[in-house]
Amino acid sequence: MIRVSNLVKRYGDFTAVNDISFDVNEGEIFAFLGPNGAGKTTTIKILTTLLKPTSGSVQLDGRDPSVDHNEARKRFGIVFQDPSLDDELTAYENMDFHGVLYKVPRKIRRERIESLLKLFELWERRNDPVKQFSGGMKRRLEIARGLLHTPKIVFLDEPTLGLDPQTRNQLWTHVKKLNEQERVTVFLTTHYMEEAERVAHRIAIIDHGKIVAQGTAQELKTQTGAETLEQAFLALTGSTIRAEEGSALDQMRTMARMFRGRGRR
Amino acid sequence: MSAIYILWLRQVKRYVRSKPRIIAALGQPLLFLIALGFGFGPIFQRAGQGNYIQFLAPGVIGMTILFTAVFSGIELIWDRQFGFLKETLVAPVPRILVMIGRTLGGATVALLQGVIVVAICLIAGFRVTNFRALPEAVLVMVLVAVMFTALGTAIASVLSDFQGFQLIMNFLVMPIFFLSGALFPLTNLPAVLNVIAIIDPLSYGVDGLRSALIGVAHFGLPLDLAVLSIITAALVGTGSALFSRIQL
Repeated sequence: MIRVSNLVKRYGDFTAVNDISFDVNEGEIFAFLGPNGAGKTTTIKILTTLLKPTSGSVQLDGRDPSVDHNEARKRFGIVFQDPSLDDELTAYENMDFHGVLYKVPRKIRRERIESLLKLFELWERRNDPVKQFSGGMKRRLEIARGLLHTPKIVFLDEPTLGLDPQTRNQLWTHVKKLNEQERVTVFLTTHYMEEAERVAHRIAIIDHGKIVAQGTAQELKTQTGAETLEQAFLALTGSTIRAEEGSALDQMRTMARMFRGRGRR
Repeated sequence: MSAIYILWLRQVKRYVRSKPRIIAALGQPLLFLIALGFGFGPIFQRAGQGNYIQFLAPGVIGMTILFTAVFSGIELIWDRQFGFLKETLVAPVPRILVMIGRTLGGATVALLQGVIVVAICLIAGFRVTNFRALPEAVLVMVLVAVMFTALGTAIASVLSDFQGFQLIMNFLVMPIFFLSGALFPLTNLPAVLNVIAIIDPLSYGVDGLRSALIGVAHFGLPLDLAVLSIITAALVGTGSALFSRIQL
């Protein structure tokens, strides 16, 4: 379903992604892990048509995202790390807008919105403005929205960041149920290793732009002689904290936290 | 086509639903009308220029449209990272449609705000003397709204955070307003101010409103409409080009 071969992304002298290759099979839950600055976000942006690769090939359900933009976009849904809902609109309106953008016919749109909102337990609040939602509810809504156009692949970028354990648990239950029922391929990134271990079928670990290990959680643990995925991860990527500068994005996130008085995220 | 409509609709819904923001935005025009209109009124009258409220009102309307429109465009910076815009950039919709929808939506909001300020001016004593030119007045307002929304979009497409926004507000938008003839007549100005007024797009908007509503013209309505149309087209083109280059 997702095929990445020899993908390279260079920014001038800096190589963010250095010849990586991996495959994700249909219906698989695939975790893409790595320290900060490893090249995760760049890879996801390339997969989701937001960046053009320097070289290498990417296939999403047989389509090349850097060439066939719109065809590729129809095939995936994405939940970004930062919220991308419209706070002033209601849950229903957010879903509806997505449906119009993805050209889902009206009748199907209505049915699908209802079934997804009910699945994610948001139907009762469908006419409430999203700004009144908790962080967990917003996340659920974003995932529901990403699935509205029945994509074959769904990208989840740190989906449970900042959520409490109950919400995280519930979220993964829903995602797994959808994965089993509709055979949606899930590509996720996360820093919560226990979740990746529990939920993902296969895992790839990227560091310094290169994939340092791939396989099931068990294979990675065996390979490094570790007891948990987190230990295996640390063994493979080292324990030093990655030096990073506060970027403009970090500043904006801080501002967002300040302004977002009511929400927990 | 539906994409343009829902993007337009979204801007309008957001506007209509945030009553505090609407009311807050009316504070500034009101202040200008009261402080300058009634404050400078007597002096203006004595200088033989007539009723200052009459003169000022089109300027205040122009100001409202300018600020609301630029702000709608600039909202993009936030929207891009934390809002709906990311969703639209990843959807199978051509970016030009997204840009058009947003620009029309932002311009509509600026226009609505302008209309409310017209009402406030009427309450303050402004009187339209030429009702037959109302369609032209509306046309001028529409052009100004679209022009400055496109400008805001163009700027926001290039900035990546809010720091540049402050610079833009103080060194571009404020001068555009203050030096446009919104507040003072453009006759007999010192050379430098004259040149600035001539290249300031808002000058033509304010002059157009004055010509249409109270029959007082500096450049003349036909020239105003011509210049506004050209600049609007150029800015929409520039805005679209820059918008399609946005990288998240």
